[in-house]
Amino acid sequence: MQEINEEKTENAKKELTPMSEQPADERRKNFNEVTLGYTKEDALVEASRCLACKEPNCVEGCPVNVDIPGFIKLICKEDFAGAIEKIKDTNALPAICGRICPQETQCEAFCVLGKKGQPVAIGRLERFCADFDNKKGGKRPEVTKSTEKRVAVVGSGPAGLTTAADLAKMGYRVTIFESLHKAGGVLSYGIPEFRLPKKIVQQEIEYIRQLGVEFKTNYIIGRIKTLDELYDEFDAVFLGTGAGLPNFMGIPGENFSGVYSANEFLTRVNLMKAYDPAYDTMIRRGKHVVVVGGGNVAMDAARSALRLGADEVSIVYRRGEDEMPARREEIAHAKEEGIIFRLLTNPVRILGDEKFNVKAVECIKMELREPDISGRRSSVPVEGSEFTIPADVVVIAIGTSPNPIIFKGSEGLEQNQKGTVVADEETGATSKFGVFAGGDVVTGAATVISAMGAGKKAAKAICEYFKGK
Amino acid sequence: MAYKILKKEEIAPSIHKMVIEAPDVAKAAKAGQFIILRLNEFGERIPLTIFDFEKEKGTISVIFQEMGKTTKQLTKLSAGESLEDFVGPLGTPADIRNLGNVILVGGGVGVAPIYPLAKAYTKAGNRVISIIGARSKDLLILEDQMRKVSSKLFIATDDGSKGHHGFVTDIMKKILDSGEKVARIVIIGPPIMMKVGAGVASPYDVEILVSLNSIMVDGTGMCGGCRVTIDGKTKFTCVDGPEFNARKVDFVELIDRLATYRGEETKAAEKYEEECRCGLH
Ligand SMILES: Cc1cc2nc3c(=O)[nH]c(=O)nc-3n(C[C@H](O)[C@H](O)[C@H](O)COP(=O)(O)OP(=O)(O)OC[C@H]3O[C@@H](n4cnc5c(N)ncnc54)[C@H](O)[C@@H]3O)c2cc1C
Ligand SMILES: Cc1cc2nc3c(=O)[nH]c(=O)nc-3n(C[C@H](O)[C@H](O)[C@H](O)COP(=O)(O)OP(=O)(O)OC[C@H]3O[C@@H](n4cnc5c(N)ncnc54)[C@H](O)[C@@H]3O)c2cc1C
Ligand code: SF4
Ligand code: SF4
Ligand code: FES
Repeated sequence: MQEINEEKTENAKKELTPMSEQPADERRKNFNEVTLGYTKEDALVEASRCLACKEPNCVEGCPVNVDIPGFIKLICKEDFAGAIEKIKDTNALPAICGRICPQETQCEAFCVLGKKGQPVAIGRLERFCADFDNKKGGKRPEVTKSTEKRVAVVGSGPAGLTTAADLAKMGYRVTIFESLHKAGGVLSYGIPEFRLPKKIVQQEIEYIRQLGVEFKTNYIIGRIKTLDELYDEFDAVFLGTGAGLPNFMGIPGENFSGVYSANEFLTRVNLMKAYDPAYDTMIRRGKHVVVVGGGNVAMDAARSALRLGADEVSIVYRRGEDEMPARREEIAHAKEEGIIFRLLTNPVRILGDEKFNVKAVECIKMELREPDISGRRSSVPVEGSEFTIPADVVVIAIGTSPNPIIFKGSEGLEQNQKGTVVADEETGATSKFGVFAGGDVVTGAATVISAMGAGKKAAKAICEYFKGK
Repeated sequence: MAYKILKKEEIAPSIHKMVIEAPDVAKAAKAGQFIILRLNEFGERIPLTIFDFEKEKGTISVIFQEMGKTTKQLTKLSAGESLEDFVGPLGTPADIRNLGNVILVGGGVGVAPIYPLAKAYTKAGNRVISIIGARSKDLLILEDQMRKVSSKLFIATDDGSKGHHGFVTDIMKKILDSGEKVARIVIIGPPIMMKVGAGVASPYDVEILVSLNSIMVDGTGMCGGCRVTIDGKTKFTCVDGPEFNARKVDFVELIDRLATYRGEETKAAEKYEEECRCGLH
C-alpha cells in the first residue's frame, strides 16, 4: 500500500505548473522549439507538489526506473547538479526523455496525484534539470579503461547510445558504427527540431564521446563488414539498428512524384535541413499536404509540412482520435497549429496528373467496430462514401519494419516473420552467442525510452557475459 | 572523418574522374556497387557508381558528369582537398558468373559503370563484347581502358565523328541478328537509352539487365525515395538493385520520378553559377 501524506495532499496544488510555449500562430512559421521549459521558479513550485512517496508508483512506470522522488527532492533543495546526477544514474539522455517520453502512459500515468488531480510533471522537471546542467556546460565524466574487452555497437539511436554509454562507464572499449553521416538515429533524422532541438542531441552524443566511445559514421554493417566479421573482431556485439524501413500502403498511385514516406520527408527536413536555405537539400513544399497515419511520426510530418509553408495540412487516420498512438501533447499542439484531422478516413487511391505529379487522394469513410478480445477497435469502410482531397504532397506515415542491411551476409541470427530480431527480453541475448540486440530492431517501432531500457539491460548482460567467459 | 581527394582530372568536356581515399569502402567494394558522397555540411548526398577500386591502396575512383549544383561544386575541388562524407559500398553487387558471351552497352557517362563490369565479367571467364557510345568523339570516355578489359569493343557516336554513325543499340541489334549466342546484355546509360535498348533486345532470347539511377537519399533502404516498379511491384533501387531485369522495369515511372525536383535543381544550379561569376566561390 502506498503511504500518502494526507495533509500534504490537501495542500498540494491540484493543477500542474504550466510550461510556457511559443504561441501557435507564431510557431507554425518557424522550426524553433515549441515548448520553452520551466524557469527555476516553475520547477521549484512543481517539485513541491511531489509527495515523495515511500513506494513510488511513478518509478515503476518508467522503463529505466529513474529515481523520481529522489531527484525531485534534490530540486526542492535547489541542488540541481545533484538532481541531474541522480537522473543520469539510470538515464543517459534526460534532456531528450524529458521532452519526448510519452509520460502520460509511463511515469506520470502512475503518479498518485493523478488519481485525484493532475500528476507531477515529471518529464518537465527532468528536462529542467538536464537543460540547467547543459547550460552550465555539464560535468566532464571521468572514466578509466579497466578492461581490454571490446564491444561493437551497431546503430547510434537511443538503444545503441545507451548501451555504449553504460559499457564505457564500466570500463569497456566501445565503438559505435552508424550508417548515416550523423549519429543519433531517429533523434537526428526523424524527430523535428521544433520538438527536439538537434543541439541537445549533439550535446548528449558529445557526453557519450567523452566517456571514451568511438563513433564511426558512414559505416554500414552488412556492406563494409558483415555482422559475422564484426563478431570475429570484437568480443561482443550489440545491434541497435532500429526499424527504419518504411511501409507503404500498396494502393494505386503511391509512386507519383510528391508522395513521400515519412522517413524520406523527415530525413530531408531534419537530417538534411531542407527548411534552411543555407542547405542544398531539395524538398517539395506542398500547398495542400495530406499525411496518412496517426502516430508521432504523422504529427511530426504534418507539422513540418505546415512550417515549410503549406496552406492546408490534413491528417488522414482510419480510426478515431482515442485510438491515435501519438503523444497527447503532440495531438494538442498539432490541432492548435491548425492541422485538420480527418478521422475514420482511409486512403484508397492516389491520383496524379499527366506529368506524374500527385494531385489528390481518394479516401473512404470508416466505421469503428466494437472492441475485439484484445480491446482494440478495428474499423471498416463505409460503402459508397468515397471522396477526394486535393493534394500536391502526400506523406505516408503508417509504420516501419527493421532496417534490412544488417542481416546481409550473416548467418544464425534468428528473426521472426516481421523481420524483427528475436532477443531475450531481460538480456537482449540473440540466437547468436555474444550478439545482443535491443530497441526497435527487436520490438518494431516503439519509444525512445524503451529502446534505452533495452540498451541498459543489454549492457548489463554483456558485462555478465564477459564475467562468465 | 574526412575523405581525401588524391587525384582529379577532366577526361572529357564536363566529365571528371576523381580518386578518393576511403580504405574501408575499397576493401569491401565489388563491381556494380555505388557510393554516396556529401561535399560539406550544407551539401546534398549524391550517388555515384564505383568506377574502380584498389584494395591495397585503399582508393575508390568515380567518374561524374557536371549536371547540377553538386556536381559543379565537386568539379571545383582539387587533389589534397577532402569530402565531408563518403559512404559505401552500396547496392547489391552485380551477379558476375561465367555465362559465355556477354554484351555490355554503355552510353555517355554510363560507360563509367560499364567498365568495372567488363573487368569482372572478363575475369570470370566470359567473352565480353562491349559497345560504348557518346554524342560525339570528344565526349567518348574510357576507350583505351575498355579495350583492355573486353574481347571486342565497338564504338558508336550520334554524329558519326567516330565509329558507327548512330546508336549503340544499332550495333547491339546487329550482333543479336547475326545469330551469335549471347547469354546476357547489360545496358547502362540515360534512362531513355536503357528503355530503348531494352525494347530493341526484348524480342531476342537473352537476359537483359539495366542499372537504374533513381533519386536517392540514404542508400540503405530507409527513405524509399529510390523506389521503382519492377514487374508491378515496388522495389528500392539502393537495396534491391541497382541492377534489374530490363523487361520488368517501368521506365516511364522512373523517368517521371527523376523529374521530381527539376524546377528546384535548375534554380539551384543557376544561382550557383551566378554566384561563381560574381566570384563568391
Ligand atoms: C518521426 C518520429 C517521431 C517519434 N517520436 C517519438 C516520441 O515523441 N517519443 C518516443 O518515445 N519515441 C518516438 N519515436 C520512436 C523512437 O524514436 C524510436 O522508438 C527509437 O528511436 C528507437 O531507437 P533505436 O535505437 O532502436 O533505433 P533508431 O533510433 O532507429 O536508430 C537506429 C540507427 O541504426 C542505424 N543503422 C541501421 N542499420 C545499420 C547498419 N546496417 N549499419 C550501421 N548502422 C545502421 C540507423 O541509421 C540509425 O541511426 C519517434 C519515431 C519517429 C520516426
Ligand atoms: C546508383 C546511381 C549511380 C550513379 N552513378 C553515376 C556516375 O557514376 N556518374 C555520374 O555522373 N552520375 C551518376 N549518377 C547520377 C548522379 O547521382 C546525378 O547526376 C547527381 O546526383 C546530380 O547531382 P547535381 O546536384 O549535380 O544535379 P541536380 O541538379 O541535383 O540534378 C540533375 C539530375 O540528376 C538527377 N539526380 C539529382 N539528385 C539525384 C540523387 N540524389 N540521386 C540520383 N539522381 C539524382 C536527377 O535526374 C536530376 O534531374 C548515379 C545515380 C545513381 C542513383
Ligand atoms: S525517462 Fe521518461 S518515463 Fe522515465 S521518468 Fe523520465 S520522462 Fe518519465
Ligand atoms: S511523482 Fe507522484 S508517485 Fe512519484 S513520488 Fe512524487 S507524488 Fe509520488
Ligand atoms: S535511397 Fe533511401 S531507400 Fe533507397
